[in-house]
Amino acid sequence: MPQIEQLAETYSSQIFWLLIFFGLVFFVIGRGMVPKVMNTVALRDTQIAGDLAAAQAARDQANEQEEAWRIRENENRARAQGIVAQAKAVSATDHEARLAQAQTGVDARLAEAETRIAASRSEALAEVEAVAVDAAQDIVRRIANADVTTDSAQAAVKKALSHV
Amino acid sequence: MGPGAWTFLSSGQGTVRSVAAEQAKVEPMQQFTIEPLFGSAGWELAGYNIAFTNSALWMALATLALGVFVAGGMKGQLVPGRWQVAVEGFTGFIDNLLEANVGKAGRKYVPYIFSLFMFILFANILGLMPLGVVGVHPFTFTSHFTVTGVLAIMSFSIVLIVGFLRHGLHFFSLFVPHGTPWPMIPIIAPIELISFLVRPFSLGLRLFVAMMAGHVLLEVLSSFVISGINAGPGYGVFIAIPSLVLMVGICALEILVAGIQAYVFALLTSLYINDAENLH
Repeated sequence: MPQIEQLAETYSSQIFWLLIFFGLVFFVIGRGMVPKVMNTVALRDTQIAGDLAAAQAARDQANEQEEAWRIRENENRARAQGIVAQAKAVSATDHEARLAQAQTGVDARLAEAETRIAASRSEALAEVEAVAVDAAQDIVRRIANADVTTDSAQAAVKKALSHV
Repeated sequence: MGPGAWTFLSSGQGTVRSVAAEQAKVEPMQQFTIEPLFGSAGWELAGYNIAFTNSALWMALATLALGVFVAGGMKGQLVPGRWQVAVEGFTGFIDNLLEANVGKAGRKYVPYIFSLFMFILFANILGLMPLGVVGVHPFTFTSHFTVTGVLAIMSFSIVLIVGFLRHGLHFFSLFVPHGTPWPMIPIIAPIELISFLVRPFSLGLRLFVAMMAGHVLLEVLSSFVISGINAGPGYGVFIAIPSLVLMVGICALEILVAGIQAYVFALLTSLYINDAENLH
């Protein structure tokens, strides 16, 4: 077993070179390079964490804005519906008013026309009466050869006409 | 300690392996021998031999491979490529391990635990590389308790230093678990103390034994294959082929063990650091 047989002559060189090379490993690699590697990892971790936080914040903000937009949208819709309802109401009252106005106009014209008809009817009746009085006087003169006064003829015509 | 110390080696490594196939002889422990390279056998520092051995070479290669691996993941791109993901996966893995076992205070140990885990992992895996087919014999330096022992002592020292710095003498309360009835303290405390003191040994030996056992097993099975082929066609079919199949399976297992042992070393170290940081 060389580990024991050569112990006396090799221990010093083994320890010496081990300390040299392990010292190199520890000071150059362990203390020089490893912290840099770990720094890179730490830097990346913080960057990833930061990016994730930023993404989360952006998402929260987007949600917030969407919520605000939704509320605004709902308000706008309600307002629009209000306006539509108001417009409907306004147009309905307007319509009614105009209808009423038109109705009154029609009624007035109807009444006017009726009075006019009544007037012309009474006028026509008066003319008929006058003609009838003339005719009655004429007829009496020819048939009975007697003169009838206009008043009596008129009274007779009136009496007869009221029976028509 | 001089060039003479290596005499038995010069007759070993290099010749044995190349001749092994012809002689149908495989020495399972041969792979763990340490030999100085580039004529560095006589290098000394303050009277101690510091020869640049094959073990040191593979430490250097593990360091280099680990350096290249981590450097490839330092592009710092926001959207990482595959390599960067792999490196960040390992650092994140160690970070999570410490976070789970030590808590927030565990963060500052990431460089140490990462170095420990990756160094052991790369050593284990490099030692398993099938480079023998191109004539290069990988050396698994984690199969030497001189190496694993030093790593374990480092971890244990950190536990002691952190424990006494943070808690002072109160650190000794570690040996009295919460809710221990006071008559039991004289019995419990020594047991806890012993189990605490055994930690560096168990930590170092576990890795050393696991790596050595796996490599010995592979070597033994390969010797079955060679012996079986050399003994004739019948032996070849009934011994060499099943041994080879088993070897392939054990190789996969060893890759798993390489990762698990590195993980266990890092995990136990972080658990011990947790004791030092948080006292139970």
